[in-house]
This record gives sequence, C-alpha cells and structure tokens, in this order.
Amino acid sequence: MRLSPLKITAHILALLPAIWLFWQGWLLYDFQDNALTANPIKYIHHYTGDWAIRFLLLGLAISPLRKVTGWNRLISFRRMVGLYAFFYVMLHLLNFIVLDYYFDWTTIIKEIIKRPAITFGMTAIILLLPLAVTSTKGWIRRLGKKWVKLHKLIYPITILAVVHNFMMVKADILQPAIHMAILAVLLSYRLYHWFLLRKKASPANPKTRRSKAVGSDVTTAAEKR
Amino acid sequence: MLFKFLKSSHVKSGEITPENIYLGRRKFIQDTARIGASVAAVATLGLTPSPAQAEVRALDNVIRDGAFDTDEKQTSYRAVTEYNNFYEFGTDKSDPARNAHSLRPRPWTVKIDGHVDNPGDYDIDDLIKPHMLQERVYRMRCVEAWSMVIPWVGIPLAQIIKKLGPTSQAKYVRFETLVDQKQMPGQSRRVIKWPYAEGLRMDEAMNPLTLMAVGLYGKELPNQNGAPMRLVVPWKYGFKGIKSIVRISFVDRMPSNSWKRLAPHEYGFYANVNPEVDHPRWTQANERRIGEFRRRKTLMFNGYSEEVAHMYSGMNLKKYF
Repeated sequence: MRLSPLKITAHILALLPAIWLFWQGWLLYDFQDNALTANPIKYIHHYTGDWAIRFLLLGLAISPLRKVTGWNRLISFRRMVGLYAFFYVMLHLLNFIVLDYYFDWTTIIKEIIKRPAITFGMTAIILLLPLAVTSTKGWIRRLGKKWVKLHKLIYPITILAVVHNFMMVKADILQPAIHMAILAVLLSYRLYHWFLLRKKASPANPKTRRSKAVGSDVTTAAEKR
Repeated sequence: MLFKFLKSSHVKSGEITPENIYLGRRKFIQDTARIGASVAAVATLGLTPSPAQAEVRALDNVIRDGAFDTDEKQTSYRAVTEYNNFYEFGTDKSDPARNAHSLRPRPWTVKIDGHVDNPGDYDIDDLIKPHMLQERVYRMRCVEAWSMVIPWVGIPLAQIIKKLGPTSQAKYVRFETLVDQKQMPGQSRRVIKWPYAEGLRMDEAMNPLTLMAVGLYGKELPNQNGAPMRLVVPWKYGFKGIKSIVRISFVDRMPSNSWKRLAPHEYGFYANVNPEVDHPRWTQANERRIGEFRRRKTLMFNGYSEEVAHMYSGMNLKKYF
C-alpha cells in the first residue's frame, strides 16, 4: 500500500480533532483542571459525536463532489472518511460506556432501551459495525455485488445519527439543523439522479439502460479497491 | 415608607458620567486585554483560552451561621463562574463567561407589581440594604444531571417579600429577567422566548431555604452568574434559579415559566429534584458532581427533604413534576 502525500495530509487532517482531544485530556489529567470545560465528560461526548457526524456527512458528500468537480480521485478517499467516522463513533461510544457510566451496564442498557434518542444512536452504531469490518479489499472481493448493497446502509446510519443529534439538544437546534440541512441536500441529490436514471432506463429509451449515473458509482468505487 | 422610590427627578449615576464614552473606553480596554490574553495563551501554551475574569468586589458583613450549609467539598470558583447555563449570553456553557461583560449590573431597577402593598420601581440597593447578607452553601442540581456545591451570598427571599407586603390574593411570585439585546447579545436569537421567566408558589418563595443571591464565594455575583440579583432554590432544578432579575410580580394564578413553555412534557412548573421522575430524554436517578469522575446518586429534593417535603405532602409528584 503506497501513501501519496495527499493521502498523508488527509490522514493528518482527519486525526487532528482526536489529537487535540487527547492532548487536552492529557492536560486535564496532568495539571489544568479546566481543560475541556468544567464537565469534560459531557464535552468529550459532544465533541466526538459532532466529529462522527461530520465524517458521516463528508462520506456522503464525496460522490456528489466528484460528479460536480470531475475530480475522480476523490472517490479513493471515501473509505478513509468512512473509517474515520467509525473511529469517532467508537470514541463517542467508549466515552458513554467507560467515562460517563463507568461500565454500569444495568443503567446503560436501561438508557438505551428507554430513551429513543439513545436507541437511535445505538442502532446507528450497530449498523455501522459490519460496514467497518467489510471495508477491506478482501471483503469487497468476497461480497461482490452484495458489498454494494450492504454499504447502502450508510444512508439509514447517517439519518439515524443526525436524528439522534437533533433529539439530544435541549433548545438551541441550530447545529443539528445544519447537519440535517446538509443531509437533506446530499440525499435529494441522490434521489434526483435516481429518478433521472429511472427515466432514462424506461422502456421508451432502452439504449441508455446501462448509462452511468450516480447510482452506479458505488459499484465503480468498489471495483477500484 | 420602607423604601426610597426612584422618582423621575432622581439623578442616576449614568446621567452624571458620559456613560457611553466611559463604557466604550472600558469595553475597548477589556476587549484588547481579552484578545491579547487569549492569543498569548493559545500561541504559547495551547491551553484553552480562559475568559478574563472580570473584577468583582468583595462583600462585607456577611453572616455565616451555617444553619443550612452542606459541608461537602465546594466546587471551584473557576468552574462555578465558567460553566454556566445563561442563554441570554449564548447557549454554550462557556458563552456566558465570555460574553457577559456587556451586562451592566448597576444602576439596576427592579419593578415590583401585582398584589402587593408596596409596588413600584426600586433601585436594587434599596431592596438589598435593609437586610443582612448571609452565606449559604447549597448543592445545585442542574436538570442536565450535573451538580455543584456553591457558597452563595444573599438574602432569604422571605425577608424581601415581607417588606414588600403581598396581599392575601398573592398566591404565586413571578420573576422576570432583563431583556436588552445590547447587554445580552444572546437575545438576538430567539432560542427561547424572552424575557426568561420563572415562578414559585408563595410557600416556596417564603421557605427559609429560598435565597435571593447577590454574591458567591464572598464576592459580588459575576455577571455570568446572574448579576446583580438571582434566585437560588436549592431543592429545585437549576433552571428555576432565574438570573439578572428586573421584575417581581405577586400574582394569583400559577405563572408560566420559560422551560415549561418551551417543552411542557419535559419541564414542569415545580421542577423539584426527584430521582424517581426521569426527564424523558435522560435519567434523573444520578448526577455528575462537577470535579468528580463517577456519577453519584441524586437525592430526593436534592437532599433538602427535611426543609421542604412538607410543602408537597399528598401531591402526586409524578404528575406535578
């Protein structure tokens, strides 16, 4: 596996939020009692959740961006973005289980079942697991067409995550509203192209049946890996 | 007459000094210092820039009889003054400490109206002066499941109310926060309906625990904590502790309060701390004390059952949450 300078830069950028967080965590542990605010666990919770959602949205933005800019190389960053989303989701989950509830499983399970917002969030995490596991070349080859189908789960996952974000906010819905707006744009883009594709593929126009529209770039991406 | 009223001929200090010039200069100096300090902190150490702590005066002659005090470890002054819910200055917990410098807690007028013998517009110092200040070290439990221990300085609300002389028709007390976008920049967004409003039943307002706070840690209230005057009701969730009060009304019907108006199935009028009645979106059975790692169990009425439980005997607290 060769890493281009561009990829290395992307990795560094994607890791920066985590590096900052761990640095602040170390400061907190070391001497500065107000790093990460007076309530660090809540801060970490919001911080990791926000970054997870940003990476999920960025992942969904890649193929539209490629179409718009015509920069095909973008697609090779999609797996990486998806895996960083998973990385921040895991930090979010670990913070919930370890720091926030300190392995108090009875309460944790009760909260997951009782609170719709947490149920949604946890569902998204569970659905994300198989995607992370099957992100390797071997799995892409082994699953073939099923891989593409499986990875369509990213749509419900991102929707669940943004809804979870929305439901957790007390009054100031500005930030989740922005997330939701971005998600709406990204989903409508796909719907629009899906309708376009169906129109072209209708019996009246049989020649374009195999036309390359957005729906097919998932396949190309999978093939490229 | 118990109080000196503010007459139209009364010369306010703001009229003597060219206030806008004075404040403008002050603000420039403050801002410059703040920006300088933040840049230095970020550039040299990379620490989270801490908002410059504005100067607050020490309060003299404070009674410390410890009658209702908890001896639990007090939350650090820094945490108490830098981690605040005060949406008038922004919805992030660190916003109030950053933005509240624009509030001018003096001169300050409080309107007293409703079913009361002595209504009128009072200068805040005329409301405070007749009373001795007391220190009260109380637990503070936020509805968001975190808590602090804070040494407040203030006056039992009952003492203030007695001087104002509510009539027999006064069943509830309603409080209102200042509305002024210039002083409270967070009000430019209608996150909640301004003014922030809160209320207490008369017996709750007269309970010896209920405090009208004017300071903390032996000093005047910093702006972000609700200067110049805020309510402290230690057995209720923190949002009942309305800040920067400009109006106190004695009313005959249960007033609406801001959070209940916003989400009536999530926040009630009583808002008594109750580990058995969950907030729909999170448990209220436990809480994180600021500065501690593990969660601790939340106590009924925040540990003040002895003083307040009698007021709610026979009441269905699941219904009247």
